[in-house]
Amino acid sequence: MSLAAGVLPHAVVAADPPCYSRAVNAWVCPEYVTRYAPELWDATVQHILLTVASVVLGFVLAVALALVARRRARLRSVLLGSTTLVYTIPSLAMFSLLAQATGLSATTVVIGLALYSLSILVRNVLAGLDGVPDEVVEAATGLGYGRVRLLLRIEAPLALPVVMAGLRVATVSTVALVTLGTIVAYGGLGNMLANGLDDSFKAQVLTTSVLCVVLAVVLDLLIVAFTRLVTPWTRGAAV
Amino acid sequence: MDAGGGGVNEFGEAISFLLDPASWEGTNGLWDQLTQQVLLTLTALVVVLVVGLPLGLWLGHRGRGGTFAINVSNIGRAIPVFAVLGLLSLGPLGTDTLGPYGRAGLATLVALILFGLPPVITNAYVGVREVDPEIVEAARGTGMSEWQVFRSVELPLASRLVANGVRLAVVQLWATATIAALVAGPGLGNTITYGFSNGDYQYVIGGAILVAVGALVLEGLAALAERRVDPMRRVRGSRHDGLVQTPQFDAPSTDTAATRS
Repeated sequence: MSLAAGVLPHAVVAADPPCYSRAVNAWVCPEYVTRYAPELWDATVQHILLTVASVVLGFVLAVALALVARRRARLRSVLLGSTTLVYTIPSLAMFSLLAQATGLSATTVVIGLALYSLSILVRNVLAGLDGVPDEVVEAATGLGYGRVRLLLRIEAPLALPVVMAGLRVATVSTVALVTLGTIVAYGGLGNMLANGLDDSFKAQVLTTSVLCVVLAVVLDLLIVAFTRLVTPWTRGAAV
Repeated sequence: MDAGGGGVNEFGEAISFLLDPASWEGTNGLWDQLTQQVLLTLTALVVVLVVGLPLGLWLGHRGRGGTFAINVSNIGRAIPVFAVLGLLSLGPLGTDTLGPYGRAGLATLVALILFGLPPVITNAYVGVREVDPEIVEAARGTGMSEWQVFRSVELPLASRLVANGVRLAVVQLWATATIAALVAGPGLGNTITYGFSNGDYQYVIGGAILVAVGALVLEGLAALAERRVDPMRRVRGSRHDGLVQTPQFDAPSTDTAATRS
């Protein structure tokens, strides 16, 4: 980009152009954040909604699939194999193909990201359930626990730490992936990132990038806090 | 409902687009873009292996730097590929064309390397680290040198996890190379973005099919290579089907290095 063309006319008119103006185009620009706060807020909210919807859908599917497949060896390997295969497909191709069915919509992004999260979540839900000691299950059965009560009162709490570890990984990677939803116009902060790139708008590119990482870290910490809250018996051990 | 019907129709058009030799020819034709993407992936893979494997294996052998290895992959997962590509392409690396790698080639190559390294480093570290310490002690007790312990004991026992990390990296690199098109970079993503910006969905679907098939082919090749380096494959013999028994399913806690893009 030619700097001279930007500087000449504007520098004369505006004595002190803001750092986000074309003439300055600074990477780090607090004035940008203030000026564009409403837009950044809206994009962040969309980003969070897309992330939460994707992870919740992926989690519900993963639990259902894992419960069906956990005691069927054949089905289990098919399930693990196919979720890994789905995970292999690059997101740009995934969103493009899904868009043929669901159009340029938030649904396209949510379905795609939920499918990706399956590969992590199914694996961890299965591993969590596998980790429940047989003696514990036998003892509970001996006490007269039915299958549903066994699952909810005994197996689920014991599987929780491993399941939550998977949820953390899935959430953090989903936050990063939402940005690519911009290809179907639903990318949260990714939309602003893409616009910033089109205009070589450095402050916007850096600010939205940093916000994405901050968002991932905040959501990760929230899950850690929640896990500690609901699994008081693991306190002191690494989650 | 209309969209569904249109989608089926466009799927057929996309296939004829892919089968048309004219689509493959010329500057920035499919052949051009495929070459760029394969070159980018392979170049980045070589760098990632040369840098990441020794580093991860060495950290694993020394048994230190675990926090570093794990953090590299945790941080890598939180950072959007798209953001890094954007920052690099607007920065000093962005203006270069890099021969066969195309526009923004250098920025793309650097981004690929950054995202290919975490799974390789982490899996190499974890692989060596998880070798039974008693076996390593026994090897030392027989008078093996540090290098012999590493070469004859740790490396063979770690090879499955190490190879798994390389496979994850290959898939990651291919996906990242696809996204390069969003920052005016090279590769097959250009066919997809061109289709979207012109409302011409045969390009979108055609490009997406090529990218997806490419990913599956790479994954298959990597899985084959992974099986070849596995010293235990002869022991397990015909029961080894490659999908269920890869360590990522046995040990979910160690397979946290993968990022999707």
